[in-house]
Amino acid sequence: MTADTSEEFKKAVVSPVDDGSGVVRASVDFPASEPLKLDSGSELGPFTIAYNTYGTLNAAKSNAILICHALTGDQHVANINPLTGKPGWWSHLVGPGKPIDTDRFFVICSNILGGCLGSTGPASINPATGKSFGLNFPVITIGDMVEAQSRLIDHLGIDQLFAVIGGSMGGMQVLEWAARYKDRVFAAVPIATAAWHSPQNIAFHEVGRQAVMADPEWKRGDYLDQGVVPRNGLAVARMAAHITYLSEDALHEKFGRNLQNRADRTFSFDADFQVESYLRHQGSTFVDRFDANSYLYITRAMDYFDLAAEHGDVLANAFRGTRTRFCVVSFTSDWLYPTRESREIVQALNAVAANVSFVEIESNAGHDAFLLDEPEFFATVRGFIESCATRRGLPLAPIADGDA
Amino acid sequence: MLNNNIIRQHQALADQGARVDHLMIAEMVAPGSRVLDVGCGDGDLLQLLAASKAVDGRGVELSREKVNACVARGLSVIQGNADVDLDDYPDQAFDYAILSLTIQATLRPKEVLQNLLRIGRRAIVSFPNFGHWKIRADLLFNGRMPMTKNLPEPWYSSPDSHLCTIRDFVELCDLLDAKVEEAVAFNTAGRRLPIKRSMRFNNLFGEKAVFKLRHRAATRDF
Repeated sequence: MTADTSEEFKKAVVSPVDDGSGVVRASVDFPASEPLKLDSGSELGPFTIAYNTYGTLNAAKSNAILICHALTGDQHVANINPLTGKPGWWSHLVGPGKPIDTDRFFVICSNILGGCLGSTGPASINPATGKSFGLNFPVITIGDMVEAQSRLIDHLGIDQLFAVIGGSMGGMQVLEWAARYKDRVFAAVPIATAAWHSPQNIAFHEVGRQAVMADPEWKRGDYLDQGVVPRNGLAVARMAAHITYLSEDALHEKFGRNLQNRADRTFSFDADFQVESYLRHQGSTFVDRFDANSYLYITRAMDYFDLAAEHGDVLANAFRGTRTRFCVVSFTSDWLYPTRESREIVQALNAVAANVSFVEIESNAGHDAFLLDEPEFFATVRGFIESCATRRGLPLAPIADGDA
Repeated sequence: MLNNNIIRQHQALADQGARVDHLMIAEMVAPGSRVLDVGCGDGDLLQLLAASKAVDGRGVELSREKVNACVARGLSVIQGNADVDLDDYPDQAFDYAILSLTIQATLRPKEVLQNLLRIGRRAIVSFPNFGHWKIRADLLFNGRMPMTKNLPEPWYSSPDSHLCTIRDFVELCDLLDAKVEEAVAFNTAGRRLPIKRSMRFNNLFGEKAVFKLRHRAATRDF
């Protein structure tokens, strides 16, 4: 995000777009009198949560599905993203007639606390100073994001969510929801995720943060007020991270050693290879839609995530007494959140005799597989949601107009 | 009345191709109970138990494709291995822990059965009987490892590494302090032979057997 586009950015966040997805875009302000008590011990208030909804909440308020987005995701899960003009990040999965069917379910997706698309984050104005928070924003956790979401769910008057679904960092929020609010989550679908952030993942995040902070335009986090943006640092962070979202096979298949629009090497440091050009493109487009400080804060929240540590170092304790139905999903080529880590979640759930399904989906797309059109994955989600809806007593088919 | 309904349902399911051992297991399971089906395959038994006995069922299955198919049809199934993953489950977490035509394919049948008796208040095990006369005759007259409908693979590629006879299985039950509460064998026509009446007879004529077991130390009942 550049300083001069931030106005355009704000407009994109609040202005309605009719793209046929039936999206309702909204935000809710929580007053300073009801601050968020953070895991760090400090308080944050007032704060704002921006969110999108799709579909209709039924009279019993029993058909709500909360979708939790990943590190660089946003609330535009199933509508055209107003910032990029591209389809929502899970529009294959969420929509009318899709596995998460907005004809039947009331789907909510909020921008996380610490994000930069309308919810309070480091780019927001600090009411105490009248300037953007920058590094004065408190360090937050996955638990804090979930607390903020639970305020939103309270605000919407929903006692129990039919399902909480998310991949990657979204999956961490799903696990945290299931652990903190056992009675508020009927079904949970943590996808391509883990109950803790591995040392390797922390290491990659640190590389990204150092790239941002090494950019002279970062200005110790004060760049927005100084009218600059650490574009290069954030782009490098994104490039490095993007490699971890793919797999070696996927890189081979997609790019090989192919050259980018040239017959031979140029004997320079230009982007000779397609893979270089692709990463540079990923880096530069990311900068236009994401705040560098948000990136620092959110990656930190992920690093701090360790659900077992929150429960006496025994992961099973996090789920003791749960009646939530779980469906854990991993992908074979995901080396960032490998199947092994999903299996640990499953073992913990088995240890408390929880109701759990676990599937590993064959895919060579790496971690990114959870964002792609993977038929086996979709069939799993559809089947699981379907069976949970039956258990919950929700109607199988949408009630057509005129039906009793 | 209820029984008649169940029998009718079973007949309908048998006509649709449900396995006789599955129907037997369904008869042994109390309505509304919690069930773990270890080696649940495509989930046919879990589906049958959900439909006919309204059980709260879970499954464990080795094959990824089968697990995914189960979950897609709405069953709670995890990808896992009976030899490894049963250790995670707490004691008496289920009313029944079921192993249908799977024990012969496990690496350590004794440990698996031990776990089954620990996890379930009751264990139900079905297995192909290697003591069946056709198998004995095959070995006696042909001198070759028997291959039958239930054991279709040649010895070198068969997943069934630990085959046993009904008498062998009863011996293992004794060793593990498991009380046999019910035991039924089926002949090749799928007809029922009550095992307790004549063990040797059934060990000769039973093609498959279904046992309902309880650990003698298990005190809680339902």
